[in-house]
This record gives sequence, structure tokens and C-alpha cells, in this order.
Amino acid sequence: MTKEQRDILIFTAFGLVVLVTPLLLQGNYLLNVFVFIGINTMLAVALNLLLGFAGQISLGHAAFFGLGAYISGILTTRYAIDPWMAMVAAAVCVGVMAFIIGFPILKLKGHYLAMATLGFGIIMYIVFNETVAWTGGPSGMSGIPNLALGPLIFDSDMTNYYLIWVFTLLTMLLSINLANSRIGRALRAIHDSEVAARVMGVNVRLLKVQIFTVSALISALAGSFYAHTMTFIAPASFGFNFSVELVTMVIIGGLGSIYGSFLGAAILTLLPEFLRVFHDFDIVIYGLLLIVMTMFMPGGLIGGFEALAAAIKRRKEA
Amino acid sequence: MENSDQIIQYILSGLSNGSIYALIGFGFAIIYNATGIINFAQGEFVMLGGMLTIFFLNVFQLPLITSIVLAVAVATAVGVVFERLAIRPLKNASPLSLVIITIGASILIRGAAMLVWGKDTHALPAFSGNDPLYLMGATMLPQNLWIFALTAVIIMASKLFFQYSIFGKAMRACAFNSQAASLVGISVKTMVLLSFMISSAIGSLAGIIIAPLTMTSYDMGIMLGLKGFCAAIIGGMSSGLGTVIGGLLLGILESLGAGLISSGYKDAIAFIILLLILFLRPEGVFGKKETERV
Amino acid sequence: MLSLTKITKKFGGVTALEDVSFNVESGTITGVIGPNGAGKTTLFNIATGLYSQDAGNVYLGEQNISRMPPERLVCLGMVRTFQNVELFGHMTVLENVMVGLHTKSKSGIFSCAFKLPGQRREEKSIRSRALKWLEYTGIADLAGMTAGSLPFGKGRLLEIARALAAEPRIILMDEPAAGLNSRETMGLAELIKKIKDSGITIVLVEHDMELVMDVCDAVVVLNLGRKLAEGTPREIQENPEVIAAYLGDG
Repeated sequence: MTKEQRDILIFTAFGLVVLVTPLLLQGNYLLNVFVFIGINTMLAVALNLLLGFAGQISLGHAAFFGLGAYISGILTTRYAIDPWMAMVAAAVCVGVMAFIIGFPILKLKGHYLAMATLGFGIIMYIVFNETVAWTGGPSGMSGIPNLALGPLIFDSDMTNYYLIWVFTLLTMLLSINLANSRIGRALRAIHDSEVAARVMGVNVRLLKVQIFTVSALISALAGSFYAHTMTFIAPASFGFNFSVELVTMVIIGGLGSIYGSFLGAAILTLLPEFLRVFHDFDIVIYGLLLIVMTMFMPGGLIGGFEALAAAIKRRKEA
Repeated sequence: MENSDQIIQYILSGLSNGSIYALIGFGFAIIYNATGIINFAQGEFVMLGGMLTIFFLNVFQLPLITSIVLAVAVATAVGVVFERLAIRPLKNASPLSLVIITIGASILIRGAAMLVWGKDTHALPAFSGNDPLYLMGATMLPQNLWIFALTAVIIMASKLFFQYSIFGKAMRACAFNSQAASLVGISVKTMVLLSFMISSAIGSLAGIIIAPLTMTSYDMGIMLGLKGFCAAIIGGMSSGLGTVIGGLLLGILESLGAGLISSGYKDAIAFIILLLILFLRPEGVFGKKETERV
Repeated sequence: MLSLTKITKKFGGVTALEDVSFNVESGTITGVIGPNGAGKTTLFNIATGLYSQDAGNVYLGEQNISRMPPERLVCLGMVRTFQNVELFGHMTVLENVMVGLHTKSKSGIFSCAFKLPGQRREEKSIRSRALKWLEYTGIADLAGMTAGSLPFGKGRLLEIARALAAEPRIILMDEPAAGLNSRETMGLAELIKKIKDSGITIVLVEHDMELVMDVCDAVVVLNLGRKLAEGTPREIQENPEVIAAYLGDG
């Protein structure tokens, strides 16, 4: 079996499990949690393209998520624009914005890049809070319409689940394709040695900005989906803590692993549901996870599984 | 006339906040110069300073000065533990890993503070009362004077330390060229540890002297930390005059912006300045441009 | 093929290169030698666009390539290798060479994400061409290994394979024999000659005199940032100034 065939098989199996899951969970509140896992997976995959593949950190991705949500919310509630159109508009606006700020931001490296994206995130968070006339300020914005396809309105957990997961699966599939292409290789090359990538003809500067744009665009789409499924948004969901949570998801799952991003998103979304105590401890646990994973398991859970599988295989052969 | 009084008032409060930013910026610069790391947890030491002082003062009923000394000691110890557990074991870690680890440490410390002290804001009594002083038509609290004086003392002390003490010289040597420094017998490890100690001590002191003015809570560290970083970056990451000017400049701009334009965007000002400098002059306004060698 | 004219480069107050000029003839192997600190690597970094010189020009054929970024020089047919071997350590050996084919392929983000038919075809061709270069350098059996876990000598070969994959007209190698044992160095000499026979011009910075004298058609000697001599290997070996410079440095 070639690697490509194996990838297709794994993705098909994953997709089937995702599509069948709600049938087993009918009427269960967990279905609603799974909708959030879908949105968070989209976000984590988007961030992973930048952080895991190109090795460029962003501590401001919650801002793109928020921008998508607010642009969708404002266009639909104030200007009665069709939610799908609003979504496209949000994605285009955020994409253009990311492309423009991408050039100066991605000129920076390492710690400086982290600070700049963090600064950008906080500025946007302040804007969400202060432009009360548009966003409703800290108390949020309500009455955002649901998405609809003809007579089918996505307003229940079940319909939302399928809506979100169809797009999440699509995001994952496209990202997997990208990872195994010349663009994905060029991105990983940048991560390993920027100078060697340049000498081999990779336009490092442009490619970084491009992947930053794609990543921001997917995050904005996730934001639109979030706005239209929740119908209520407030700045608190788009702050610094959420940016860090997204980074944590990517790190836990494994840098550069698309399924890892799903795993990270699922764990960080489910844990607070199962462990009530987690509510008070969540930030401490995120902190610990970030440190411990980076120090002892830099490949994340997926990397850990792979290492384990390889070790078992070696032992069998020996 | 009233208008100019107000501006003086803004400038005064800007200078006092700016002193704090300068101190925090110093902390960033000291670690950066010794290790090349930007310590995202720097702000948490500021928070620890204020919170620990209140803790010793209220829970153990200790006198203010004892509480302060203990608070600085504990915060410094936290800095040492952090360096020992999370920084030292990582040899040749990528900048990305270091960013993530210091962010992890930052939210870990913040979360622990929240668990111990709750989410309420706490006030530290002013060092010498709250009777306002009048200066050129503006009012000033005695605490502002404390801030100016202590900031000046701390900066002078660290200047003397780096210029004249054997440890300070060794640290500068490490910052300049750590390989060469280790060849002449300086323990680079010790110097890195020392840089974390000094910077957490300075950070916690900054948190203590500002606490009577701004109140303090478990999550105050993020904003103060970032503004301190902004000060340091204006100063070109030097632990010298540049960072002091950077901090004061930032404080004044922020206070004028908040007063004359909009108070809601007060915090945004610092970050817009930060982004502008990173985009246009990442070596800082007062820093020297270096040739990058591949 | 490649000419450098009056290249000068200063780092702060230190002059790393001063008025260095020489030509590299098409289809030859030119060695650049000199004691440590002579400015050889700096010269390479300028020629390949990683540093910008303070004065002077670099021509590739007729074209002035001074101050062009490295990623453009690859498209013009110039590639290089590094003294310390700059591999993409987390990628497989095959993938490393596939990155070498970056400029020989053109699918963008969109067609890669959607796997459009053109991109699939291109991907196949990238893979088979990359494998061909691994065979050419004799490391095809390592294709699936992670590049970071290769022994040093194999890493060198991989770096050369990756450079060749870009189908260059000229290849600059920075100390290709450094860190190799004598058997590996002999293999390298064979490979270098084979590359030259395929019509590619080669420039080497090298410390291993035996290798330089064995493979080079022309040699340029740098000392303290200046050109000391140039000529055939034999002329250089007999040049008293060169001997003095080497002996003087110990």
C-alpha cells in the first residue's frame, strides 16, 4: 500500500466515524460539544498550517476568528445580507487584511514574531470591545441568523453538527493534500532551514505570507460558522486566552499533524465538559501541558503514538 | 490654562506608569541579553510582587517593609525554579519551543495565582499615605514620588552592578559572546540563572511599587508585561538608558492618548507603537543596527 | 560563466574582502583556497545572494546578478551547498531532493490543496526525478530515512543531490570534503568529476589540497580578504607567495 492509498483509507475511516457519531448521540447534549470540536478543529488545523508546517508562531489567531464572526454578524444583522454571502465577504476581507499585514509581520522571526502577533491580537480584542456601535461592545451581539439551504435551516445541534463537520472534514482533507505537495514540502523546508530553502529557490517571504493568509482565511470561516451556529457572540471568546488555547491544541496534538490538531481540539474541548474542576484549573493545566509537551513530547500525542508504534515494531522484529 | 494643567497631570501620571514599564523592560532586556530569550512570563513576576506583598501583609500581618522583602525573595525564587526546571534542561531549543515554554510558564504562574488568591482585585496601602501633593497645578500622590525615587535607585543600582561588579561584568561578557566568556572561565549557566534572578527581582519590585496606585489582581501581568516589552523594544533591548526613555515615552504617549483621544483605546496605544517599531525599526529607536551574519 | 569584479565587503570595521576579481570558465572546476579567515565563505555568500557586497559586481554569464536574492539565482541556474550541511532535518531524504525541484515545478497552494490533475502529474514527475538524483549520487537506498538521522558523509551527498535536482548550470560547493574520511573524499572526487562531465560548472571552496589538486582546472588563492594568486593547480603549488602565506599561518 502506498502512502497515498494509506492516507485515503485513514481519511475515509475518520470521515465515516465523524458522520456516524451523531446517530449514536441523538438527543445527547454532547452533540453540541461535538459541534464546537468541529469549529476548534478547523481553527487548530488552520493554525497548524502556519505553526506546524512553516514553523511561524501566531499568538493572535483568535483575532482572525473574531473578525470572521463579527463581520458575519454585522453584515447579517445590520444589513440583512444573506449569511452565506456574509461568510464569503468575511473570508475575503480577513484574507486581504492578513495578506497586507502578513508582509511586515512575517519579516519578524521567533520571539519578535510572537510579540507582534500577540500585539495584533490584543489590538483587535480592544477594537471588538470599544466599537460598541458595531459590535455591541463587551456585552456582545445577539440575533445573528442561522445559515440555511433552501428549506433546511441549520438551527439544531444535529443540523449544525453536519454543517460544521462537512466543512471541517473538507478543511482537513485540503490541508492533508497541501501537506503532501510541493507547497507543503517547501513550508516544512522553511521550518527546518530557512537559508537552505531560499537557496533551493523557495520564495520564503511570499510563501510565509501566503500560508498566513490561508490560515487567517480558514480561521475567519470558522468564526463565521461560530457566529451563525451560536447566534450570539461576545469579545471574551476572541481574546488572548483563546489564542493560547489554540496554540495549546496544536502542540498537544503534534506540530504538523492534521489529525493531531483534531485530537488537540477534541481534548481541550471535551476536558472541561467531563471535569467540572477543570473549569477552575484550565489555565493552569494549559500552562503545564505547554511546558511538559514541548519539553518531553515535541511531536505531540500523534508523534508520541508514532514513536510508540515504531518501538513496538522494532521489538517485534528483534 | 486649565488645559495645560491637565496636560501636566497626564504627563505626570504617564511618567509614573512609564517608570514601571521601564523597570519591566529592564527585566526583559537582562534575560534577552544573557540568553537570547524573550521571557513571556516577565509580567507574571510583576503580578507576583504585588500579590505576594499583599499576602504577607494581610495574612501574616507582617510590616510593609518585611512583606516587600519577602515578596521579592519569593518572586526571585520562582524565577530560579522556572529557569532550573524549564529553561536549563533545554539545550539548543528552537526559538519556537522557547516562546511556547515561557508562555506556558506565564499562564501557569497566572493560573496558580488565581487559584491561591482568587479573581478579586486587591489593594496595597500606599507607602506613605494618600495626601496629594501639588505641583505646577497638578496633583500628585506620595506614591508617585516613591515610584520615581525607587525606579531611579533600581536603575542606578543595576547600572553600577553591570559596570563595576565582577558578576555584572561577567554577565556582560556572556551577552557579548558566551563562547568566549566560557573560555575565560565564566560559567555561562550561572550567568543565565543570575539573569533570571535579577530580572524577576526587578519585575517584582516594579509590581510592588505600582500596586498602591493601580490595585492588583492575578491577571495584571499580561498587560504590564507587554508594555514593558514595548519599552525594551523602543530602547533596542538594551539594559540601559534606551529602555528607560522607552518606558517613559510609552507612559506619556499612553497617558496623553487616553486623556486627549479616548480612554477605551489606552491599552491599544502601546501595542500600535509596538507593532510600528517592530515593522519599521526592529533594532529599536535607540538601538544600533547590526549586520546579520549567516 | 561566473565572474566577480572588484568585490569588497566590510563587517563593521573589519574588511572581509577587498577588490577580489576572478572568472570561472564554463565547464571547468575552479577551486577557491586560502587560510582560515581568508574570506572564502564570505565570497560564496555574496555570489549566492546571502550577503550583499559593499562594492563590486557578480555576473552570471552576461547578467549582473549583484544583490539578487538567492531564490532568484536558482532560477538562473546557480545553486550552492553549505560548509555545515544545511539539510531539512525533519524531512525524508527523498523529500529533501524533492524540495530541490521546487523551481522546476509550479503548482500553487490552490491546485495543491485540491489535487488538480496537473498537480498530480507534476507530483509524480517530481518524485521520479528526485529518485533519479538519489541514484545519481548513490544514496537511493536511503530515500525513506529522515535526513536528520543520516551520517555526515551521506548528508553531504544528499545536499549535492538536492542541489543537482535544481538542474543548475553552475554549482558552488562550500568545503564539500570537510568532515569526510578519506574513502568518502575519494568518492566525492569521483562524483565531482562526474558532475563536471555532465556539463555543469563547479566552484569549490576547499581545505583538502589533495582534492583541490586532483579535481580542479583552475585555482584562486585568497589571503586576508585579497586575491593572492590564480592559475592552474601546478602553478599555484609552485607559487612562492602562496607557500609563504600558508607557512606563515602555520
